[in-house]
Amino acid sequence: MAPQDRLTATLRDAETTGPTPWRTAPLLRVDSLSVSYGPHEVVTRVGFELGRGKSLALIGESGSGKSTIARALLRLLPSGGRATGRVEFDDQEVLALPERRFRPLRGRAIGFVPQDPGNALNPVRTIGAQALEAAALGGEPDTVIRKALVLETFAQVGLDNPQRVYDSYPHELSGGMQQRVLIGLAVLPRPSLLVADEPTSALDVTIQKRILDLLSRLQHELDISLLLITHDLAIAAERADSLVVLKDGVIQEAGRTSAVFSSPASAYAKKLHADVPALNPDRYASLRDPGFRLLDTAAGNAPKIEVSAVTKTFTVGGRILTAVDDVSFSVPAGTTHALVGESGSGKTTTIRLLLGLEQPDTGNIAVAGEQLAGRSQQSLRSVWRHLQFVYQNPFTSLDPTWKVEQLVREPLDRFKIGTRSERAERVREALANVGLGEHLLSRKPQALSGGQRQRVAIARSLVLKPDVIVLDEPTSALDVSVQAEIVEVLLSLQANLGLTYVFVSHDLALVRQLAHTVSVMQRGRIVEHGTVADIFDNPRQPYTVSLLQSIPSGVAGFSRVPHPHLRRIINQEKIA
Amino acid sequence: MTLASTDSASRITVGGRLTALRVPPTVALSFAVIALVIAWSLVPGLFTSHSPAIGIPAHKLLGPSAANWFGTDHLGRDLYTRVVYGTASSVRSALIAVFIGVFAGGLIGLLAGFLGGWVDIVFARLVDVLLAIPKFLLAVIIVTAIGFDTTNAAIATGVSAVAVFARVMRSEVIKTRQATFVEASFLQGGSRWHILWRHVLPNASRSVLPLAVLQFGDSILVIASLAFLGYGDPPPASDWGLLISIGKDYLKWPWLVYAPAFVTIATVLSVNRISRWLRKTD
Repeated sequence: MAPQDRLTATLRDAETTGPTPWRTAPLLRVDSLSVSYGPHEVVTRVGFELGRGKSLALIGESGSGKSTIARALLRLLPSGGRATGRVEFDDQEVLALPERRFRPLRGRAIGFVPQDPGNALNPVRTIGAQALEAAALGGEPDTVIRKALVLETFAQVGLDNPQRVYDSYPHELSGGMQQRVLIGLAVLPRPSLLVADEPTSALDVTIQKRILDLLSRLQHELDISLLLITHDLAIAAERADSLVVLKDGVIQEAGRTSAVFSSPASAYAKKLHADVPALNPDRYASLRDPGFRLLDTAAGNAPKIEVSAVTKTFTVGGRILTAVDDVSFSVPAGTTHALVGESGSGKTTTIRLLLGLEQPDTGNIAVAGEQLAGRSQQSLRSVWRHLQFVYQNPFTSLDPTWKVEQLVREPLDRFKIGTRSERAERVREALANVGLGEHLLSRKPQALSGGQRQRVAIARSLVLKPDVIVLDEPTSALDVSVQAEIVEVLLSLQANLGLTYVFVSHDLALVRQLAHTVSVMQRGRIVEHGTVADIFDNPRQPYTVSLLQSIPSGVAGFSRVPHPHLRRIINQEKIA
Repeated sequence: MTLASTDSASRITVGGRLTALRVPPTVALSFAVIALVIAWSLVPGLFTSHSPAIGIPAHKLLGPSAANWFGTDHLGRDLYTRVVYGTASSVRSALIAVFIGVFAGGLIGLLAGFLGGWVDIVFARLVDVLLAIPKFLLAVIIVTAIGFDTTNAAIATGVSAVAVFARVMRSEVIKTRQATFVEASFLQGGSRWHILWRHVLPNASRSVLPLAVLQFGDSILVIASLAFLGYGDPPPASDWGLLISIGKDYLKWPWLVYAPAFVTIATVLSVNRISRWLRKTD
């Protein structure tokens, strides 16, 4: 390293460190913390430090012990859990503290933002009633002042109409607003530490970004230390000063974000880095390229799927709701078409129409040249023989009382394909295709992990050897590393068997990795469509731009400064 | 048919659970009590050398002792022997009652929940009518109509339990019918009947099983009550309820009531404990 390089490196470090007083004791110091349930140790000798006003992210897949650590810090371990080691908060050892003396800290000095905002608010009480309760923790006896404090905090967390929110019940607010309320309640007593357990995993991408922005802003404005728990390395890298990577309750790697993120040392951190779709848009290029060639040559051929001018309305409580409005797209054989958009944009209704589970009001849908409209159930069955579906949530799409072998064989039994031994052979083949061993044949879904379940679901849709598979957010319930495995399975199946996919997702980074063509949906309409390159490198609609911007880039501050081209579009939008 | 198959399946899982899970001591004790009761009903001769029908008049109304564990009755018959020999009839009639309740109630609930529409409406009104009549009164009416006999008492008890099973089954079926895996099976070419028998029924019956076990205990009580009132087999039959009924005429010799009552209570409590445990482990 040349001397001047070293100088700039030091300068950059100083810049990211920020103007904090040197050599103060850290706010939170965790030293050889272990947590066990009975004889089973789930967290093993974990140690880290978090300075005042700093942020630290705990990263790992489910079961890595990251939430357990958060619970241990808050002393909220479920019964049977036992924590040993040292946890110092504000120079005070808290693990040994009697509950009576810890309680004043929880909620006041240590705030908590839960994972699922839908479960964290009491549905039968107004937001205001719950907020006043939280504000009472601050010790303010006067209700009028407390209410003013609450309204001020609601404005601070970006709720437009604090009084309306104050008077609402939780179900009258969207998920993003609920999470803002919870963050507001957490920062109301001005805690010095905020623990956020996957605060955005239950929310839409664009809302996800706004909530994370809010957390970062509050952290700086109020000088709160932030302990962020997430499975997404890109989010963590974007938002935290330092990272702790966990696997099976053991720290794999820890250090400054810039160091861990740009040059991970441990094998696990490297794998995590490689598995984040946002950071590796061309990871599967070799598997995906055959599809692009098909796309180029497909111009003259009839497409595998043709959806033309389809509209579907529902009547909800007397109001007519247009769920799908004049939607058209076509998918050439052997390629992947992605439908992207936020929840409520009509993606799911579109694919239910495509599967024949709902009938469109107007418009036509053709699969492999066959029209779906007006078919009886019997003739729909013959369509399903070649058109299969993979559900979003593998925890509900497999019958819990059936064994893997029965589950995968079911379509063969129903369509009466082959003899008994041929069926058994095809079941084994399908399971091998998705990378599952024969020892799982006699297991029930309960005894499988989430990733294994989704593989079983994919194997079940493959066993008929269909031409088209419709996938409804097949990885959104799964960890990043499991998602990478599933995506790889899907793409290699496409490369080997020439399958056509319709892929529904709100995760644009993932779409960029695996799709060939994309339709962006907003409020039931397709606002923009084109090849992956068109949409991602040259978006024309502001909505697409905002979706693209919410992809976590892994670089702090980057996502908040739009690309010059994107900025131009946003300005046009403002003028218009 | 289907009932038999779910029955055997449940027995296998119960066996598996016993070895796989750590069974709480009270549950183990309950299983021991039930095992003893079943053994009594299958081979009563192994547990006692006395005769249940022929007594020794000289030994009448003796208190409990090493020779006569529960004492003897007014005809000098060993009460323990009579309880043991009465088990078969009590257990069999309780099983008949549970079978009728599970089968008829389950079928009504399954069809009402799965087919919906007017089928649901018709069955729901029928169930409402059944629920509106007090259970015990309904059993008494039925047994009066079809004749005094332990089997008839069992049938009456079963009919009075139909409504509860229908209600539970219907709500479980409606819950399961909306599950994602049911739609998945439909997309994989499953017909309505296939989905009903292979997906909905097994999932819905998972919560009916603990109820059936609970109902077994309840049926023993109801049948004993009917026998007590004289709606069961006449003496010299020795149903538990009948034994209590006869015992009440000899208030100076309280073991005649206490002994069969204790056996009945122990059995019912054991069954309830097992049912609660089953529901928890599921």
